[in-house]
Amino acid sequence: MKDTRIGVYVCHCGHNIAGTVDVESVAEWAAGLPGVAVSRDYKFMCSSLGQELVEKDIQELGLTGVVVASCSPHMHEPTFRKACERAGLNAYLFEMANIREHASWVHPNDIERATEKSKALVAAAVSRVAELEPLEPLVAEIKEPTLIVGGGIAGISAALEIADAGHHVYLVEREPSIGGHMAQFDKTFPTLDCSACILTPKMFDVGNHPNITMMTYSEVEQVDGFIGNFTVRIRQKARKVNTDLCTGCGDCWAKCPAKVIDTVFEAGLGYRTAIYRPFPQAVPKYPVIDMESCIYFQKGTCRACEKVCPTGAIDFEQEDETVVVNVGNIILATGVEIFDARRISQYGYGRLPNVFSNLEFERLTNAAGPTGGEVVLRDGVTRPESVAIIHCVGSRDKNYNEYCSAVCCMAALKFSHLVIERTGAEVYSFYIDIRTPMKNYEEFYHRLLEEGVHFVRGRVAEVTDSARTPGEEGKLIVQVEDTLIGKQRRVPVDMVILMNGLEPQSDAKEVANQFGIGCSEAGFYIERHPKLDPVATMTDGVFIAGACQGPKDIPASVAQGAAAAARVLNLIGRGEVEIEPIRASIDEERCSGCRICNNMCPYNAIDYIEDLGVSRVNPALCKGCGTCVAACPSQVISGQHYTFDQLMSQIEGILYDVREGGERVTYAGAEPVEAK
Amino acid sequence: MPSKYSEINPAWGDRDPVIVGFLCNWCSYRAADLAGISRFSYPTTLRDIRIMCTGRLDPTFVLKALREGADGVLVMGCHPGQCHYESGNYKAMRRMALLRRTLAQLGVDPERVQLGWASAAQGNIFRDTVIRMTDAIVRLGPLDWQANITDSIDDIASHFAHLEADEEVAYGR
Amino acid sequence: MAAKAKPKLALYWAASCGGCEISVLAIHEKILDVAEAFDIVLWPCVMDFKRQDVEAMADGEIDVCLFNGAIRTDENAEWAHLLRSKSKVMVAYGSCSSEGCIPGLANFNDSRQMMQYIYLDAPSVDNPDGVLPQMETQVPEGILTLPGFWNTVKTLDQVVPVDYYLPGCPPEAEWTLAAIDAILSGKLPPAGSTIGRASTVCDECPRVRGEKKISRFYRPYEIIPDPDICLLDQGLFCAGIATRAGCGALCPRVNRGCEGCYGPPEGVVDAGAKLISAIASVLDADTPEEIDAILDTLPDPAGYFYRFGLAHSLMHRVRLEKQNGDKVASPVGEIPRLDPSLKD
Repeated sequence: MKDTRIGVYVCHCGHNIAGTVDVESVAEWAAGLPGVAVSRDYKFMCSSLGQELVEKDIQELGLTGVVVASCSPHMHEPTFRKACERAGLNAYLFEMANIREHASWVHPNDIERATEKSKALVAAAVSRVAELEPLEPLVAEIKEPTLIVGGGIAGISAALEIADAGHHVYLVEREPSIGGHMAQFDKTFPTLDCSACILTPKMFDVGNHPNITMMTYSEVEQVDGFIGNFTVRIRQKARKVNTDLCTGCGDCWAKCPAKVIDTVFEAGLGYRTAIYRPFPQAVPKYPVIDMESCIYFQKGTCRACEKVCPTGAIDFEQEDETVVVNVGNIILATGVEIFDARRISQYGYGRLPNVFSNLEFERLTNAAGPTGGEVVLRDGVTRPESVAIIHCVGSRDKNYNEYCSAVCCMAALKFSHLVIERTGAEVYSFYIDIRTPMKNYEEFYHRLLEEGVHFVRGRVAEVTDSARTPGEEGKLIVQVEDTLIGKQRRVPVDMVILMNGLEPQSDAKEVANQFGIGCSEAGFYIERHPKLDPVATMTDGVFIAGACQGPKDIPASVAQGAAAAARVLNLIGRGEVEIEPIRASIDEERCSGCRICNNMCPYNAIDYIEDLGVSRVNPALCKGCGTCVAACPSQVISGQHYTFDQLMSQIEGILYDVREGGERVTYAGAEPVEAK
Repeated sequence: MPSKYSEINPAWGDRDPVIVGFLCNWCSYRAADLAGISRFSYPTTLRDIRIMCTGRLDPTFVLKALREGADGVLVMGCHPGQCHYESGNYKAMRRMALLRRTLAQLGVDPERVQLGWASAAQGNIFRDTVIRMTDAIVRLGPLDWQANITDSIDDIASHFAHLEADEEVAYGR
Repeated sequence: MAAKAKPKLALYWAASCGGCEISVLAIHEKILDVAEAFDIVLWPCVMDFKRQDVEAMADGEIDVCLFNGAIRTDENAEWAHLLRSKSKVMVAYGSCSSEGCIPGLANFNDSRQMMQYIYLDAPSVDNPDGVLPQMETQVPEGILTLPGFWNTVKTLDQVVPVDYYLPGCPPEAEWTLAAIDAILSGKLPPAGSTIGRASTVCDECPRVRGEKKISRFYRPYEIIPDPDICLLDQGLFCAGIATRAGCGALCPRVNRGCEGCYGPPEGVVDAGAKLISAIASVLDADTPEEIDAILDTLPDPAGYFYRFGLAHSLMHRVRLEKQNGDKVASPVGEIPRLDPSLKD
């Protein structure tokens, strides 16, 4: 007979649990459960005093298992496991009963039932603990190189931190150049420093860093492995340019006869050639041939670029290449897309020529942009005399995105300043709320108030060109309810700028699946903890940085990039990491070799040993999902920490009151039924 | 005094429905956590057990729960294509399909054994699923499998007496 | 005197077909050793003993009782209790007493449905007056009684504690002999053990097995199976993957899927559940529609999975519902399908 002495600790969590669950009565009742040696309730179990309570009992009472009934194991399982270890109890003899997230917080105003459910969860944990076995964590070596996906400012920031610390980085970027959205901007708020001036040196550093292997025009195809040892397959799309020979001189695109609208970097306002470099400061400096618009690839003749290239770098035969890299950690900094304002037809984007998107306006103001920084209407010459800026386009709107895109208010203020500076036009800014919470942001707002921007509080109903008065003729009319004066207004302007919100990349969900991380309904990646662990994910070794985690501006993206880098450097510095010893193993003595399990494993961790007629799990590949364990018809595969006996026992515990011989609980003042 | 559920279905008498939930660690358990953090309230009927993946779900566990007094079993995992272990949820879906067919032959209404998906961000879907499943179970009434397999001598005697007394009604041709 | 006395052996049959009785004889000439070694005190199939003879024995007087057959009636249960109290070692002999076996399939119905069919509705019945068996019947000589007929078939261990299990329908002679040898030599395994092998039928099956992927099931009449390849790989249901070894894979050797008579292998609580898990896992389908389409080719899954083990399974029987104060069996009529929205 096993000697079982379990300690049960029921946490009040201040009022969080104790306000809805009668924790004292749960603790008192749990003392009577089989195998329970001590049962206590305490205000805050996660406090050092709470943890010491557990440690003291383990040492003085010789506990063989511990149950803490408090919050989610995703919150404090590591905390209490460490406490058990400090007191000499194996960390895997600990179990949490989640009576906060799964009871008190979801069953308000029903103390009686929330308490009974908490008892069931505690009973389940106690009967599970009685079956738990001590385990030793597995140790995984951390491979030094890091993969960073996304070469925007967050990815650049992370890459430089890690590379400067002396460790290798693979930086993968889908576009031909790194730089991301920041490279498209002219000025940055609230300081109005030149975006290119601060970004270009960083891009240059990345391009020339001995510790950074930059892989632009490339995409991750497959990810295998786990923390410390990921195998990543990357497809480098054919540039059709031999980068060993190319000097980036520019003769090729100067002579290229195919001109197409640049919908990516120039946001549709400018043109590029078929062989092109997205922008002058691009890193790397090499061009790519866009096969869709290249005359040679479409019609079979031309090859003008090949003729003018002084180094013979043009290679029409070049094929996509697949590169496999081994890395210890991964940082995803895949950024965002901009909301497509065509979805809000009443704003006229795409229909009314002088309605511009925020990205178009960034290019208009950019000295290197299609107009050389001139703020002009769609005709390319007329300066606007009045400009409307519409906030929250596609944001804070249940029809599109409920969330606030965080950057648009400040960007709108920046635009207002630039319009006034470059054109002297009247600026009308239509807002719901002006949100300027960060350092020096509010000051910038006040500056714009002083510069004479007309702020109109109200969500714009419509932008139209149908005039009702002679004064409206030839203008765009912004129809809005000014909620401060409680009146409908029609404001005629020459130009409208839509502050389109930020949206997750359209393939964010697929990428999340590929890397095994969580993704919100909208498509933003889910952090391990919204406050305390904002750059880690639920998948060890995969971190997130920048706007792919949620809308954020440049300073926040840079900070997250650096934070993710710090987390990676921590792991590289340790050299190894403990991982959950949850693995499957096959009792070969009893395995009959039916081969049901062979196809179960997504990681191909199960081999069939032909001459022995048995199957075998390769523990290095197994991730412990337990799919083979459940499938095995002869029950010879066991899954550590989630064994058959442990789960069956847990089921018995969770049904302690309704199972045969159970003390059935009755409600609403009914007399309890005698145990059968 | 009867259980509040007996107002809807008197069969509940003085007890509440009990649903055992098997939640995967990565999606649905976190969805339940999120429901908690978001203070989405739902009935107290669900008692959940965490497994690493719905792929770990041995149908034995479902039968065990029903046998031991549960009125229903809810299995929730990650959406197809989003399994933390790539494909465990597909295996769960196949097993649940066959299990429900088998249980139907044993007189267990398929609504008592349900499968659903909720991502870590879908606390609302988790709540809605628990509410919907509770409604279904309340409507179906208690399962009480333990009583189903208890056969007393009294039952037998009365059964034969019944055959005799109601022969006309029961066996009239 | 105790040293000289031969150990006492009882063999009893409850709800069974008699095959187990014959299987005892399948040990051939060894039966003479049994007769030599034991003092057979009860064997109703072979020799005339009366209940009073057993009742007269002291508790624990019988050394070994081989009890075959399921518990179906009051009489079966009474004998089980009687023999349990008189026997030192109680062996559940054969599939019926171990796991319910074919009599246990009655648990898909209730006693009333059984009476209805057996005495009234079956095509072969000739019963114009609709006479039904009664527990008591008045005849000129007095009152005749029949034992109560249970609604639920039970296994021996659901009625009395059992020391050893000897599964099989019927048990193979090899294991009967092994049990007898163990008893005679006193080298008994720990109480509660099943006498037999721990592995599954696959272990003894000579067919070549591949990685499994099933895209449809065939019923035995639909295809002629390849004699060398795993039947399950060919889409033929075979319970061998979740059935205890010991028979030498008799059925698969003759091109027939294992039906599962040896019951679950060591450690398996519910062989049906494991068959569901294993077979569903290897379906070649990822959408609700595809899954259901494949499962439509496997009619009567409960019959396949619980052919021998229903009475000893977790669910034990079909659900009985209270109707007009009377309990009646109620399978859910429609085949449940997956919700198509589970696709995403």
